[in-house]
Amino acid sequence: MNSKITDYIIEKIIFLCGIIAIVFVVLIFGFLLKEGFAFFKEYGVFNFIFGKYWYPTSNPASYGVFSLIIGSLLVTLGAAIIAVPFGIMTALFIAELAPKGIRDVLKSIVELMAAIPSVVLGFVGMVTLVPLVRSVLDIPTGLTAFSGSIVLGFMAMPTIVSISEDAIRSVPWQYKEGAYALGATKWQTIRRVVLKAAMPGIIAAVMLGIGRVIGETMAVLMVTGNAAAIPSSIFDPVRTLTATIAAEMGETVRGGLHYRALFGIGLVLFTITFIINFVADLFLNKKR
Amino acid sequence: MVKKKGEVKIQIKDLNLYYSDFHALKNINMDIRANRITALIGPSGCGKSTLLRTLNRINDTIDGVRITGEILINGKNIYGEDMQVDRVRKEVGMVFQRPNPFPLSIYNNIAFGLEINRMVKSSKETAKIVQESLEDVLLWDDLKNNLKMSALNLSLEQQQRLCVARVIAIKPQIILLDEPCSALDPKSTTNLEELMQEMKQKYTLVIVTHNMQQAARLSDDTAYMFMGNLIEFDETSTIFTNPSKKETDDYVSGRFG
Repeated sequence: MNSKITDYIIEKIIFLCGIIAIVFVVLIFGFLLKEGFAFFKEYGVFNFIFGKYWYPTSNPASYGVFSLIIGSLLVTLGAAIIAVPFGIMTALFIAELAPKGIRDVLKSIVELMAAIPSVVLGFVGMVTLVPLVRSVLDIPTGLTAFSGSIVLGFMAMPTIVSISEDAIRSVPWQYKEGAYALGATKWQTIRRVVLKAAMPGIIAAVMLGIGRVIGETMAVLMVTGNAAAIPSSIFDPVRTLTATIAAEMGETVRGGLHYRALFGIGLVLFTITFIINFVADLFLNKKR
Repeated sequence: MVKKKGEVKIQIKDLNLYYSDFHALKNINMDIRANRITALIGPSGCGKSTLLRTLNRINDTIDGVRITGEILINGKNIYGEDMQVDRVRKEVGMVFQRPNPFPLSIYNNIAFGLEINRMVKSSKETAKIVQESLEDVLLWDDLKNNLKMSALNLSLEQQQRLCVARVIAIKPQIILLDEPCSALDPKSTTNLEELMQEMKQKYTLVIVTHNMQQAARLSDDTAYMFMGNLIEFDETSTIFTNPSKKETDDYVSGRFG
């Protein structure tokens, strides 16, 4: 009898926890929609997304986020260009080539990389990478999209490496044996059979890595210079969507237009990450 | 060993194989003849698959394997120092226990071997060999309109035929088959056996089977192995009707194993 009551209580508690998680997500989403749409109604979606000027404190204020979207995409693209090839090759090395001892060490290091708080990475980037970029490239400031891309590329690496490595290692041994038996060399086998078979998992890994990058705030805030202007190259300062919310939320009047504009940005960001995660999911499911 | 007629294709001399400390093959000496089907039989763990896998050096891909002795194919030692392992495997094809087509299209499953071995100069040539190989394994008529389909969508029998096709496309001299029918139903097994009978016109076949009836009806020569030793090797009719060793007789008559 007693154990039946315990069972009942535990079951209800677990149920409650699950439900609360769902309720919170729905509430957050609802809140974002409510504030975001209130802003869109007042300012206009088109003016918001394609407006070139983000002058929230001018009179009259201007809330165009086009330069911020470009900033986010530029930093993300740069990070992807750095992290994707490097990450996939690291994963290949760990899964296929490294001797067992090195493999274990490398895996732990990659997992450790994922545990570095982003503010620490941003800080280290600010005091080491930023001056380096400035002096090596001889440009007025090292606070550029390029610096942001490097720091974010570093942050995307652990996700890309560990998920790709899983995908590569779960390629059935029989495929490789079949390729070797036809006279394929190790590299031919990897390139034409192993990578092909692991591709859905690798694409999912890349998507999740990029998803992490685009939502990243603290590190980009510290190294990209935060100039809300459309950059002419990757060596210009930029400001990202996330950094704008983080930097300005504290200075707005609750319920005001500026405050709501930041929720509008949140909605744009949410849409982008949702699409990325959705695509990643498609590929992960294809794998099964 | 009894004197045999026919050209010797594979000569195994004093072959020993160790998995780390485990002595898996003990002093094997054997002459396998060309254009015949040679069956390796024996209870599980007797080393028959291991022996088969030494013939194309696919055992090299396993950690801790050590081999002594020689295997001569056309008189050349495939474990010799100047021998390139991928060249050996091009000449000695292999079909595995579980059909293992690549997760690629049917066409690319066959094109793969042709391309990595640089056997074709144009895509037209590739297409021609793909067609010939599929015709040889009797898949062409069923699949000619679906060559872009993933090979993983085929039935198990079709997959195994495709695996045979991908081997014969690169024109090996010898084809090894490691229990090729164990994943197939009886009808598919019969079909595949008929295919093997035709294949021996062109190739030397070595097959591992756990099925004694299959060895009896399919093969020309049979080797009986036990605990890493080659107990007896002779023409199949002799092994099954008049073996010279008592152990062989016990096994093939079902008193043991």
